[in-house]
Amino acid sequence: MYAQMVISEATNDDPAKLEAFQARVDANDKIEPKEWMPEGYRKTLIRQIGQHAHSEIVGQLPEGNWITRAPTLERKAILLAKVQDEAGHGLYLYCAAETLGVSRDEMTEMLLSGRMKYSSIFNYPTLTWADIGAVGWLVDGAAIMNQVPLQRTSFGPYSRAMIRICKEESFHQRQGYDIMMKMAKGTPEQKEMAQDALNRFWYPSLMMFGPSDKDSVHSAQSMAWKIKINTNDELRQKFVDQTVPQAEYLGLTIPDPDLKWNEEKGGYDFSEPDWSEFYDVLKGNGPCNRDRIEARQEAWEKGRWFRDALTAHAEKRAARRVAAE
Amino acid sequence: MSSEWPLWEVFIRGQHGLNHRHVGSLHAPDPEMAIRNARDVYTRRNEGVSIWVVKSADITASSPSDKGPMFEPSNSKVYRHPTFYDIPDEVGHM
Repeated sequence: MYAQMVISEATNDDPAKLEAFQARVDANDKIEPKEWMPEGYRKTLIRQIGQHAHSEIVGQLPEGNWITRAPTLERKAILLAKVQDEAGHGLYLYCAAETLGVSRDEMTEMLLSGRMKYSSIFNYPTLTWADIGAVGWLVDGAAIMNQVPLQRTSFGPYSRAMIRICKEESFHQRQGYDIMMKMAKGTPEQKEMAQDALNRFWYPSLMMFGPSDKDSVHSAQSMAWKIKINTNDELRQKFVDQTVPQAEYLGLTIPDPDLKWNEEKGGYDFSEPDWSEFYDVLKGNGPCNRDRIEARQEAWEKGRWFRDALTAHAEKRAARRVAAE
Repeated sequence: MSSEWPLWEVFIRGQHGLNHRHVGSLHAPDPEMAIRNARDVYTRRNEGVSIWVVKSADITASSPSDKGPMFEPSNSKVYRHPTFYDIPDEVGHM
């Protein structure tokens, strides 16, 4: 998902405290920042929320790529609003992570140095305008699938951030589908572009949910702590079942010859993505990994004078206020 | 200069004349920028007509571990709620 392969941290806490903590989680109590929590819970959450926040921020890049080239002024305004939302979502999540004792600068530094990850999906390029449609429809669609249940996560600040994000996110998916509808019902060339975007984004979208549960060793603890609500496979299945009819409506073909309805399980059978590609992208070898990090580093460096100027201005004004008193 | 900007808590009054409500927090170098940033981060969809910001460091909070003794006095006073009293149906709405 936006946080993939989050490794649960081991916990060396007092067993009695751990048991009392688990009882609170089981009773659907919300855990708040200053309350006692296991060290592993804290560290896992910092990693998960941090990765989620970084994904929102880096996720602005593939879409920002098309702001100046949007086909109409209205599409441009919409895309701008969406990208601005992503920045907002990143900020809500950074604040939630900060309540756990990590600072904003530390998290920024960890992103820029590659010590913290962001979702693999943002390492794929957006080559045509149809890709902007596919990103909204599929990538935001997959994100919503994960984020809706996370509104019930046990950590209060994370849950509240998720509630805000989910409220705003469905605009993202619908504007993406709206682009796809226009393209799919347009000229043959436009329809071809839409099909090509679906072809390229289908498997990377399935990868967003992370590896299969049978290979995902860290799920159990996170699920017990309710910082993960559904398994990767459950969410992936739900996503496929929801998306196939949407593709049919567009008259587009899911690029999977083995995709077929399975009456018995009441869902589609589908092919697994190429997991070696997934691990390779995580390692830094996707088509855009280097570009994305360089763009963030450049933004951080080139923005330094401005951040410093704001700080200097604030200090000057504070000094004047003191002098006037 | 590499000092991190202070954290501000953001409170917003919605459209309908209700109290300002805590909506989240953000970093900013001074109160003016905190208000501007709060507008961009927390009111992109007409959520508010007024914004307050206050430095997080200036907030004094009750301690979570005192939750029990702190709120027990009100817990045990059920007679403070209207449902404590049985009013006969004949009396009508009260």
